[in-house]
Amino acid sequence: MLGFILLFPLIGFLVIGILGGLFGKRLPNSVVATLGCGSILLSLVFSFYAFIQFLQDPTASRELSLTLFDWIPQLGVAISLKLDPLSQLMILVVTGVGFFIHLYSVNYMGEDPGFARYFSFLNLFTFAMLLLVLANNLLLLFIGWEGVGLCSYLLIGFWFEDNEKAQAGKKAFLVNRVGDFGFLMAMFLIFVTFGTFNIDSLKIYEIHEAQLPSLTLITLLLFIGACGKSAQIPLYVWLPDAMAGPTPVSALIHAATMVTAGVYMVARLHFWYALTPFSSSVVAIVGISTALFSASMAFFQNDIKKVLAYSTISQLGYMFLGVGIGAYTSGIFHLITHAFFKALLFLSAGSVIHALHGEQDIQKMGKLSSKLPLTHIVFLFGLLAIIGIPPFSGFFSKDEILWMAFNKHPLFWVCGWLGALMTTFYMVRVFTLTFYGPSHHHAEHPHEAPPLMALSLIVLAILSLGGGMVIGGHFLEQFLTPLFTKHLEVTLSSHTEHTLMIVMILSTLVTAILTFFIFHKKQEWAVHVRLKFLKLHTLLSHKYYVDELYQFLIISPIQKGAHFFWSIIDTLFIDGTVNNIAYLNGYFGSKLSFMQNGNLQRYAFIFILGVLAILLYLGKYV
Amino acid sequence: MTFLENHLLSILIFLPLLGSLVVFLFPKTSNVKLQMVAFGISLIEFGLSLLLLRYFNSSSHLIQLVQKVSWIPELGTSFFVGIDGISLWLVLLTTFLTPIVILSSTIERNVKSYMACLLILETAMLGTFVSFDLILFYVFWEMMLIPMYFLIGIWGGARRIYATLKFFIYTMAGGVLMLLAIIFLVYLHYDQFGVFSTSLLNMYSLQIPFETSKIFNIQSLLFLAFAVAFLIKVPMFPFHTWLPDAHVEAPTGGSVILAGVLLKMGAYGFLRFAMPLFPEALQFFMPYLIALSIIGIIYGAFLALAQTDLKKLVAYSSISHMGLIMLGLLILNTNGVSGSIFQMLCHGISTGALFLIVGIIYDRRHTREIASFGGLTKVMPYFSVAFLMVTLSSIALPSTNGFIGEFLILLGTFEKNPLWAILAASTVILGAYYMLWMFQRVMFGPVTHPENKVLSDLSLREICVMLPMIVMIFWMGIYPKPFLSRMEKSIDYLVSNYKHYDLGIYEKHQ
Repeated sequence: MLGFILLFPLIGFLVIGILGGLFGKRLPNSVVATLGCGSILLSLVFSFYAFIQFLQDPTASRELSLTLFDWIPQLGVAISLKLDPLSQLMILVVTGVGFFIHLYSVNYMGEDPGFARYFSFLNLFTFAMLLLVLANNLLLLFIGWEGVGLCSYLLIGFWFEDNEKAQAGKKAFLVNRVGDFGFLMAMFLIFVTFGTFNIDSLKIYEIHEAQLPSLTLITLLLFIGACGKSAQIPLYVWLPDAMAGPTPVSALIHAATMVTAGVYMVARLHFWYALTPFSSSVVAIVGISTALFSASMAFFQNDIKKVLAYSTISQLGYMFLGVGIGAYTSGIFHLITHAFFKALLFLSAGSVIHALHGEQDIQKMGKLSSKLPLTHIVFLFGLLAIIGIPPFSGFFSKDEILWMAFNKHPLFWVCGWLGALMTTFYMVRVFTLTFYGPSHHHAEHPHEAPPLMALSLIVLAILSLGGGMVIGGHFLEQFLTPLFTKHLEVTLSSHTEHTLMIVMILSTLVTAILTFFIFHKKQEWAVHVRLKFLKLHTLLSHKYYVDELYQFLIISPIQKGAHFFWSIIDTLFIDGTVNNIAYLNGYFGSKLSFMQNGNLQRYAFIFILGVLAILLYLGKYV
Repeated sequence: MTFLENHLLSILIFLPLLGSLVVFLFPKTSNVKLQMVAFGISLIEFGLSLLLLRYFNSSSHLIQLVQKVSWIPELGTSFFVGIDGISLWLVLLTTFLTPIVILSSTIERNVKSYMACLLILETAMLGTFVSFDLILFYVFWEMMLIPMYFLIGIWGGARRIYATLKFFIYTMAGGVLMLLAIIFLVYLHYDQFGVFSTSLLNMYSLQIPFETSKIFNIQSLLFLAFAVAFLIKVPMFPFHTWLPDAHVEAPTGGSVILAGVLLKMGAYGFLRFAMPLFPEALQFFMPYLIALSIIGIIYGAFLALAQTDLKKLVAYSSISHMGLIMLGLLILNTNGVSGSIFQMLCHGISTGALFLIVGIIYDRRHTREIASFGGLTKVMPYFSVAFLMVTLSSIALPSTNGFIGEFLILLGTFEKNPLWAILAASTVILGAYYMLWMFQRVMFGPVTHPENKVLSDLSLREICVMLPMIVMIFWMGIYPKPFLSRMEKSIDYLVSNYKHYDLGIYEKHQ
């Protein structure tokens, strides 16, 4: 059954790819759409079936594995899959959210000439993501890991005729490769230390005291990989640019699934992170720092997708905070709810963009609430979920992470709280500027989402509303927590918990209402504040000049170095030496050639000289 | 034991030579017909070479399918050929690439000689990989220069004479050094055993004097003579400058063979001769050679970044990849060496395929300047798929062949010295950088040059050329077991016994 879950998207990719290659534009969209969505639906059905089975099984036996064939025998690596409660939840998210995003794409990409290419890539992505999640050894996980990166590259640069978009795809791939460098090193160290890549074997491996430093290094190196894939400091720079891809791609890959792979990996290898407090602290601190840092960058972005991108980075930071402090269940919980509401936010942003014929600048929107009522409502659902208003899903998961964080150290909570208020500010700003305030757009009749898009939006809105209530609390506690051998213990009283919760909700509400009021009624206040803190505004809207810094410190030295090596070292020195040796030969040859000019008298003369020289030489000894 | 099994290797060696004669004496006919005749011959050759897989016993590290016929009895020289797990796949790589190269040819001038040259080249390459006699090896080694000299010199680009002379003299210089060392070894054998012999197996049992205190002693000088010959061929930094020139000027087929097989001969020679014959000297020079390999990896990648000519870029990427292959060999542990040999096959396929790709657009536009392309994906969709897959193999994406080789080499290196592995693994980032950047500049963006708007997509012939390469890329990446398991025994033996290496001849028991 595990095999089937993986197989359908792979078949979907191959069939669509081959049919698209054979028939080109003559291939009807309906065939592509049926194949593309159908494969994911089948995968979803099988995943759901496995889930139902799991629920009936006793906790201890919730496990399913499948070994297909040997891959690299000398390393003991096989193509082997494993389903446990953690990967179970992940495949449900990947195929569930993935299916509705596929469905949405049928309308959204309907007029694109690359329709078949789009769906084949999206299916390939789903396959790679499922492989990543189901892999039972780290090397296989790495196939999925780089596989999703490839799909991300291809889909960011989907409209390849635009150089900027192609550039964004390349940037994403390369920044991820920097992370993967860390991942590779971690794998080498794992193999040298433990002699296996198999996750099950690694989990039961008894670690000696002496191995702990290596283990710390391994977990840190793996986290570099996670920083790349999940866009954390300092490797987050690719994700905002990745918004060049089609919006459903941003929803699926760059919000709901792929970017959470790093969080998933930390949770999957929790048995190591639990043993290495230093690495775990690094994970938590990087997570919360990223959460704050990228929230501040989202403040004054005017591209609706970019704001959502920064908010994704920020929310991923919360997830890392969760898994970093040892609250693995909470981290995964937030991963799931985030998949719901962030996919919803992206898809409703896509609906706005679709309605305005490609406009993404929120300053050119406004007053869309009456024209796009459905989009307006579902966006509001997403908004309430992300800022954490009960009973929307985000509230439960974020609250749980922050409560756990408070148990670890109150400062984590304070930072998280600050981040939550910042999130509230920029999200409400986007919402207000898009749907309220004065109208700035020129579209005559913005059209509401077509049926398949609307259906996907509604389903995701329901999940964003109810997802937290349904799976939060007892369900996850019973389903997931037994998997994590060591989990953060809650030591403080529930009285503290409730106080913190109330502080959080009230301050969020106040911020939300104030922000709404300013951007709806008193935009001049915002302008006034902006002018007063012009320098800060410039710094933030230029994203702290980090891209420029990387360009200056890393990329341009590499390029200059390359040209130096090429024109000076290689051409001048090395090849120059080689050629000069050859020319020198020729030179001496031509100088000595006077001895062999064909003139017999000169030969005789030289001959006599030679004889004389020999005689003289011999004469010395006579 | 059948006749075929007993004589398979010599049949494989001489069939292409015979074929070249057939092509040469073929009555005057159209170019396409000549090409098809040559293609047919090389295809039969490939089919026959597949029999090796059937006859080869992968549970033995000994030399198999041996054929030994006395040739120059005064010197103890014989026509002595055989294969083991190290050479098996290199032979198959050669017979696999030759038909592809022949089919890919778009030469219109002197087709007869071109095809004959390719077939003679195949004989020389196969002979090099299966010879177990020093003189025989040397003959094939030098024999290969001649057809290659003509391939570049006759069918090459504008600066072909410069390039082919440089290639010829540079390689020849190394070859002459090796010949000197071979002569010395033959005399040493006479000194120690009282008879002349040029058999490699006998040489393995020589006691070659080595003094730790002196850098230049007999063994280290002999080692250097062999090593330089092989390192020029690889080519290893700083002996690499002939390669970009040769690649740029060579016709597509010449480049494919050059990158695909010829460079491997250097690495193979190093593994077969330089390492087991002179173990102490190898130990002594190892750190320097490893340093050169690592410099080569990074240096080649940097230079690839700076190129504006597609072929030069691929040529420099080759230098980087060959550095990795040499590193894996020098590490001398199971993962390093098996990764290295596997990577030789991968490099042969993916770099060969890259040169085919460059050839395909060169045929259409008669330029290799990256700047004269852009946006080709729109115009040539099939081509873009093929190009993408080959690019992915070159940047070692997991599930392509390149990943297996690169991972094993780096893992082997890490086992020996983590710092080396960290330096060498920079290729993971730099390789992706120059390849994807090139891909972007050629394939993405708007079509800026009007002449690119009308380029035709892959023809059926070109699809037939690319398809086997792409199949191999994914086959070797997803199911590398058949490849790795057949080299395993030989590598294990080499790694644990290179200090007193002694290969015997495998006797098949019925």
